[in-house]
Amino acid sequence: MADVATAPATKPATRKRTARERQHSRTGWLFVAPFGVVFVVFLVTPLVYAFYLSLFSKGLATGTAFAGVNNYIRAFTDPSFLKGVWFVVRFSIVLIPVQMLVSLAAALVLDNLTNRFARFARLMIFLPYAVPAVIGALMWGFLYSPSFGPLEQLFGADAPFLLSPDNIFYGLMNVVTWQWAGYYMIIIYAALRGIDPTIYEAAKIDGANAWQVALRIKIPMVRSALVLILVFALIGTLQFFTEPQVLGPVANGTITPDFTPNIYAFNLAFKYAQFNYASAISFSLGAIVFVGVYIFLFVTRKRGSVL
Amino acid sequence: MTTTRITGRLTDDSGRRTRKPRNILTYVFLGILVVYFLVPLWFLFVASTKDAPSLFSGDSALWFSGEFNLFTNLSNLVTYNDGIYLRWIGNSALYAFLGGLGATVLAVLAGYGFAKYNFRGRDLSFAILLGSVMVPLTALVIPTFVLFSELGLTDTIWAVILPSLLSPFGVYLMRVYAAEAVPDELLDAARMDGAGEFRSFFQVALPLMRPAVVTVLLLSVVGTWNNYFLPLAMLSNSQLYPITVGIGLWQGLASQNNGGGGGPSLWTLIIVGSLISIIPLIIAFLSLQKYWQGGLAIGSLK
Repeated sequence: MADVATAPATKPATRKRTARERQHSRTGWLFVAPFGVVFVVFLVTPLVYAFYLSLFSKGLATGTAFAGVNNYIRAFTDPSFLKGVWFVVRFSIVLIPVQMLVSLAAALVLDNLTNRFARFARLMIFLPYAVPAVIGALMWGFLYSPSFGPLEQLFGADAPFLLSPDNIFYGLMNVVTWQWAGYYMIIIYAALRGIDPTIYEAAKIDGANAWQVALRIKIPMVRSALVLILVFALIGTLQFFTEPQVLGPVANGTITPDFTPNIYAFNLAFKYAQFNYASAISFSLGAIVFVGVYIFLFVTRKRGSVL
Repeated sequence: MTTTRITGRLTDDSGRRTRKPRNILTYVFLGILVVYFLVPLWFLFVASTKDAPSLFSGDSALWFSGEFNLFTNLSNLVTYNDGIYLRWIGNSALYAFLGGLGATVLAVLAGYGFAKYNFRGRDLSFAILLGSVMVPLTALVIPTFVLFSELGLTDTIWAVILPSLLSPFGVYLMRVYAAEAVPDELLDAARMDGAGEFRSFFQVALPLMRPAVVTVLLLSVVGTWNNYFLPLAMLSNSQLYPITVGIGLWQGLASQNNGGGGGPSLWTLIIVGSLISIIPLIIAFLSLQKYWQGGLAIGSLK
């Protein structure tokens, strides 16, 4: 995302900065400053503060004491945290390809159609994005539920309970795919509309069929949209919180207090008032996400240089 | 990349050759997708028309049964607990409006500044900003809570609104869009005509940035309206809850004493309350689609 090509707004005629350029620079800062303040206060400060908090520990008898990296040693040997991290990593690895496949397939099909049904379908597929994650999880919770849902009607007594410990993985995967696939579809679709149609004409003259056009032209040309979506999905899934938290009360104990790292941190902080250790968990999760996404971007950028 | 490419994305279906629909499979595929994406919403609508007994009877979860009870459920919803539901909706609207609008104003100004002014430290600040897009925002909630509690700000509306003003991705979108949609020549011409920097921004640049502004506004309003983690952590007074936390509270209560006693079952209120809570954003998206459909492509430009 970093390589946004922007020409310098002004081309300095001489090496020396003129009064006008200084004025120009100052105006630029004025535009950026309000956001800059919010950025420092609500992003940099909490981040630094989380790190600071994570270096201390608070005991009933000992009071607050400097703990160094002890909280981090505790976190990375804490089965609850590690189990949660393993769950969200596993969940991302399965979920994201499925989500991408659904949204890419839908976008490619919609790009080939220009009738009223296609327009309707596009909006309907997108609609779940406008539904809060809380409500989306609730609705699927109802649909999964043996007392409200249609599954029992469809399958009788053998109806799968998608919130049981064995099935929760798929139950959650379905909720998240439903919630986000439409949004991703729209991003890919918009990128597909941006491709110059004369390329397709040229491919047709060369004898390419629809599949070849899709695989060899369209998908490579929307590569940056796909990378963007992957990054979003990865960041979102690793900090998984809302859906399992909402489904917790109806899932008969399947959602444990350490189900995902974020749920674990939330419970540590607000149920057990262990803010120091919760900060260490939050900070560790943030670091895992940051490093994971950074590695991913680095890998895809390298391949991108072939394009 | 030129401006025409961006505006090309914004136009909907016009100017594209219609290809003949050859494949019935295409329609089957789309039909299945539409059904899949609509089923939960359809369920919600149907369930909103039922009273508690027919809701639990479970013999036609996806079709109407019993009396048409939608309006009874609605009136129960708005009167339950002194109308707390309406208060939650109002809170959500307030948080989404102030948070979303504020985030958009900040993002538009900063994006334009980054795109059109070559100030000292620009490239470094923008690189930091891009890196911050990768910081999971939920990791900030717990330290922000501790900071706010020291300032006595927790359990106030500001605890939800102020952190919502932060939208690094919005700034990124605005910068990419402004760089391409606002030609430098136009700004120079405005300056030649004697317009000041801020007048050039408001009268020349801002109208050209409209699709991106609407997109960022929608994204931030949706982000704030749908937020759950932040208000759940910050607020303990249920009078200040937004609708997401409020419905979550009801659901927790209803699960604890399943079956319930007399009076309106909490489950029917949860269902009809969920239905009402999704309507405002759906209307916003449907009515503003010509803006955001193009605007969402901005982020995927490299």
